[in-house]
Amino acid sequence: MNESQRLVELIPRLRRYARALVGDRATADDLVQDTLERAWAKLHLYRRGTDLRAWLFTVMHNVHVNRVRAARITDPLEDEMPELAQRAPQGDGLLVRDLDRAITRLPAEQRAVLLLVTLEEMSYEQVAGALGIPIGTVMSRLSRARDKLRAMMLGQPAAAKLKLVK
Amino acid sequence: MSEPITEADLQAYADGVLPAERRAAVAEWLAAHPEDAERIEAYRHLAQELRGTYQGVLDEPVPDRLMRSVGAARARRAAVMAAWIAIGVALGALAGWQLHELRPGALPAAESAAAMAHRAAVAHATYSPEVRHPVEVGADQEAHLVTWLSKRLGTQLRAPKLEAVGYTLVGGRLLPGEHGPVAHFMYQCNRGTRVTLYVRSDMGSNRSTAFRYSREGAVDVYYWVDSKLGYAVSSGDISKELLLTVANAAYQQLNPP
Repeated sequence: MNESQRLVELIPRLRRYARALVGDRATADDLVQDTLERAWAKLHLYRRGTDLRAWLFTVMHNVHVNRVRAARITDPLEDEMPELAQRAPQGDGLLVRDLDRAITRLPAEQRAVLLLVTLEEMSYEQVAGALGIPIGTVMSRLSRARDKLRAMMLGQPAAAKLKLVK
Repeated sequence: MSEPITEADLQAYADGVLPAERRAAVAEWLAAHPEDAERIEAYRHLAQELRGTYQGVLDEPVPDRLMRSVGAARARRAAVMAAWIAIGVALGALAGWQLHELRPGALPAAESAAAMAHRAAVAHATYSPEVRHPVEVGADQEAHLVTWLSKRLGTQLRAPKLEAVGYTLVGGRLLPGEHGPVAHFMYQCNRGTRVTLYVRSDMGSNRSTAFRYSREGAVDVYYWVDSKLGYAVSSGDISKELLLTVANAAYQQLNPP
């Protein structure tokens, strides 16, 4: 199978991740479209025999960061990436549940790690590769994301910080 | 005594990715730490719920616009292939005419420049659809590329910077020309459209021609001659007007006033 067919096969997974990452459907599909176009343009840089899915998620991550940067409204005190778009109002279908709203409230970099690990079921090494961060950072972001998410779902503030559990 | 249990172990336990032995050690530890056990159980539950929440997206039909963003390049390849065939026929006819009428090298500058436009269009149609091997030497080795091609063409070449008009250098290659080697540079915009610059150094002329346009099948070509150097800028992907903007930018840099 050639790369273009495999790319097409991976579109539903890109859409799923994008939906969870940015919230609403139209913005998510915009992100997927930009990702596919960029992946096409850069396909000569993809090394055959390596993991095309991981490479595509790297492309998507870069596209997403650029889109967010382009849309950024300056907020110098905020070190978390702001949202690309407001969430669609409730009632637009099955996907509007508490969990998906809670996810979009996570800091973007924590959200990306959590989604790649849980939705895409990537290994921690693959996540580190796709996002271009050390594996220790993957682990700490994952831990913080889950801590916050759980607290949001319980309606409680998250524990202050990550600690080594003896 | 085994390694102490870390937060990373607990995360990996929640994700079910620990090796069996370590998993047993963590399970044992969790049995003695009910608060953490509850927390990790909640993480597992959240992961399941997360997958369930977005499962439906996988089954949604993929919108056409997304299919098209992958299909566009394939369509382009087909279009360029058609162009290639059209040019091939034209070039064959031209070659026959040349053999009959004229010895190589005896062409007046304007006519040999027109022949160059044909060759440039053929080179464009041949290499621009390449997804995996569009160039021999990539833009990451631009200095090496330019030095190498300059040496082979026997004259100092330059790869113009076309970022201002939306095109970045992909790289280049050496091609056989009518009488000697030809340099071929490829540029690409962020939507994947490609423009190539064909440079030959054997025009054998001490004259220059004006900036000219030629349509070769589905490939548009702008070309000009500057004494012994001949240049052609080709594309089959973009409008004639946009190509003119790109060719002009190249011209301004290669032939500064």
